Amino acid sequence: MEKQAVLQMLNIMKIYSNGVVANEDVTLELQKGEIHALLGENGAGKSTLMKVLFGIETPDQGKIILNGREVTIKSPQDAISKGIGMVHQHFMLVPSLTVAENIILGVEPKKGLFIDFNKAVAEAEAISKTYNFDIDVTAKVEEIPVGIKQKVEILKALYRGADILILDEPTAVLTPQETSELFVQLKKLRENGHTIIFISHKLDEIKEICDRATIMRNGRSMGTYSVSEISTDDMSRLMVGREVALTFEKSPQHLTDVVMRVRDLTVHNSQGILKVDNLSFDLKGGEILGIAGVEGNGQTELIDTLNGINKKYRGTIEIKGSDARPLSIKGIRDLKLAHIPEDRMASGCAGTLSILENMFSNQYDQPEYSGRVLLKRKVLSRRCDELIREYRVKCKSSRQQVGMLSGGNIQKVIVAREFSNQPDIIIANQPTRGIDVGATEFIRRRLLEFRDAGCAIILVSADLNEIFALSDRLAVMYKGKFAGLFTDVSSVTEEELGRYMLGLKHAEKLEGAIYE
Amino acid sequence: MSSTRKFEVLRTVVAILIALLISFGVIFLVSDDPLNAISWLLTGPLKSQRNFFNVVESMIPLIFTGTGVCIMFSANQINLASEGAFHIGGLVSAVVALKLALPAGISPVVAILLSACAGALFTAIPAILKIKTSADELVSSLMINYLALYFSTFIMKYFLQDPAVGSASYPIPEASTLPTLIARTRVHPGIFVALAVAVLGYVFLYKTKIGYQLRLTGENQQFAEYSGISIVKVILISQLLGGFIAGMGGGIELLSPIYDRFSWTSLLGYGWDAIIICTLAKKNPLYTPLSAFFLAYLRTGASIMARYSDVSLEIVQIIQGVVILFIVAQQFLSRYKHKMIAREAKAALKEEEEEVG
Repeated sequence: MEKQAVLQMLNIMKIYSNGVVANEDVTLELQKGEIHALLGENGAGKSTLMKVLFGIETPDQGKIILNGREVTIKSPQDAISKGIGMVHQHFMLVPSLTVAENIILGVEPKKGLFIDFNKAVAEAEAISKTYNFDIDVTAKVEEIPVGIKQKVEILKALYRGADILILDEPTAVLTPQETSELFVQLKKLRENGHTIIFISHKLDEIKEICDRATIMRNGRSMGTYSVSEISTDDMSRLMVGREVALTFEKSPQHLTDVVMRVRDLTVHNSQGILKVDNLSFDLKGGEILGIAGVEGNGQTELIDTLNGINKKYRGTIEIKGSDARPLSIKGIRDLKLAHIPEDRMASGCAGTLSILENMFSNQYDQPEYSGRVLLKRKVLSRRCDELIREYRVKCKSSRQQVGMLSGGNIQKVIVAREFSNQPDIIIANQPTRGIDVGATEFIRRRLLEFRDAGCAIILVSADLNEIFALSDRLAVMYKGKFAGLFTDVSSVTEEELGRYMLGLKHAEKLEGAIYE
Repeated sequence: MSSTRKFEVLRTVVAILIALLISFGVIFLVSDDPLNAISWLLTGPLKSQRNFFNVVESMIPLIFTGTGVCIMFSANQINLASEGAFHIGGLVSAVVALKLALPAGISPVVAILLSACAGALFTAIPAILKIKTSADELVSSLMINYLALYFSTFIMKYFLQDPAVGSASYPIPEASTLPTLIARTRVHPGIFVALAVAVLGYVFLYKTKIGYQLRLTGENQQFAEYSGISIVKVILISQLLGGFIAGMGGGIELLSPIYDRFSWTSLLGYGWDAIIICTLAKKNPLYTPLSAFFLAYLRTGASIMARYSDVSLEIVQIIQGVVILFIVAQQFLSRYKHKMIAREAKAALKEEEEEVG
């Protein structure tokens, strides 16, 4: 029997000001009290569709029918007043305020001209109880873990009267334990009659919690399916348009020499907080050293020290036998070290420049690309076209601005640049974060190819599947130390890893970090 | 890309038109004979050869400082030191002309080169302050411009001043001055140097390795740093070069037929104008002559208008201001732009479908 539809988005078309057609003709229908997955690669148009629903973007075509009435949603405020709430991937909380203050922000209970803080705390507590969220509402947001922050975001939306809740990749930043806790909460919300849109590309999670799924590809809807009646293989095929192998056949390892030797490395961040704590490890050619861990446990500081961005450290770093301390970033890169940075827009590319101009920032000064003074524009342009083809960057031409591409394609440009410089060492920090399955598979395969060719790779990733699929050795970072290190990755389970990530468990004696 | 570029051109043209309309409105409000005033403003520069070459001669300093600022701004060194560099350049060429007594032919060349070097040293000050102390280059450059002004006035008063005229140096000896190219005008060979500098500036920024480093740094410094580019080097080179060009402009301007003595007792404003030029040229030195022509034409027109009508010269400030406001206003015409892009995108979709079908 057809249930009641609370929301229909019919034939939505959205074209961005850079000419990208993000939604071509998308229809989405939500039934009351369901958890509905919105599934698709990055750049498929999921986020755009949700921005249209939440009033951030105006559609160029199509209509929205809410509870049987056609509506136009002019702004997020408008969306909230119509009972639509959104939890963004990047939390929109004020760190210096308490949980209660964040929840009431913008809709504060007042006593005369002033905010009634006691009432705020009481109301926040009440709503937290109603939905069985066990949260200390007087804690400061900057002091609570990511999983709780997410709950605060959800409460914030509920407090504003959300019936329809949009969750944009809610599990991306969570540990396995936090994820299962979130799922329990979501199921309770469903029982209470809330409708939830769950954006994700993790198929197993969708299988676990969602009732129906709308699959998007290339700005189009590929149809809505009942999750119990569709296999993950079919979902992935509809999403990508071809079979994707996310498990890899890894060829046997051929280790070569130690190319990086780190001893007693200690790093403090700019606020003077200890971020890397007396870390020692070796890295050999032909291996992938995976580094897992909850974000903020020193991974960023470790990577930025290894590639020469940060020079304030104690201990030693030796790259191919030479001390890295006196070397500039350029000097380190000249030792054939490639680096895929964590934040692609901040440090991986210049969004306002063209693909061509972004493609050679690490190698423009090589004799094949430039003379003493001038760049060899023709050679660069030809090579850039080759790389665009080889790395399947979807674009109009090499002159197109990088900022106009989708996330996955921007990442491909960065990867093409770093990999085309014949690296001996690759530092890949979140190389596939937030990009589509196709691009993810492509990048992972490339990493394995480099490993097989004798390249040494450090892989930092929040994606445990990625870590498991690629790593030859796997370290878990917790509070600046390796809490555990596994030389046989297949012997570790995800739950086990989760315990190390959360600091519930740590190796008494760390073995396998240093080659003797 | 092509549609984006087309749109930028359109936007500039519309901005200029709106600015002109607003100024016409003002003229109608204040003038007894507005049509007469508007006609002088728009066509004055074309009414005589002399007027037209007035436009050409006033383009020259604008091209120099404009190109200098394009280079500094491309590296995201947003600062006003080109103003002081231009001033110091003028002073140095006056000193060389008056004190060194070099033979004709050699004297102007030496004077101009030394003024360029002085300009470079001057703009290096905010660069070094930034590198060594992280002092914001915008603030420090604004402050040291006064240093340039009063230092120059001091040198002029104590070492160069002609007691017969007061606040000016002795006349620049003929051996050092630049000749006039066309009789009864003040157009001088500096125009060729200026055009060459604009073209070379373009080649530098867009065709050379160091220019590439500059632009990468300008668009995203953190990315440039991660790529292994030395930010310190980029800051220094962009500032030295920008100052070199502005200083050269100052030196040439002083030796031109426009001045016969060093009499600059206040800042001339070419550094500020350069920002208008750079904005109109979208930081590309190749377009600075065009932008300089526009600005020079407008100003010449306004000064002719002021002479032959009851509207004052300052009207040009309104036009300038409005044009720049509209060009930097990102949202201006964005709705139209969106429609244009949406139309293109829809057409492309249809084409694709037809190909498939």
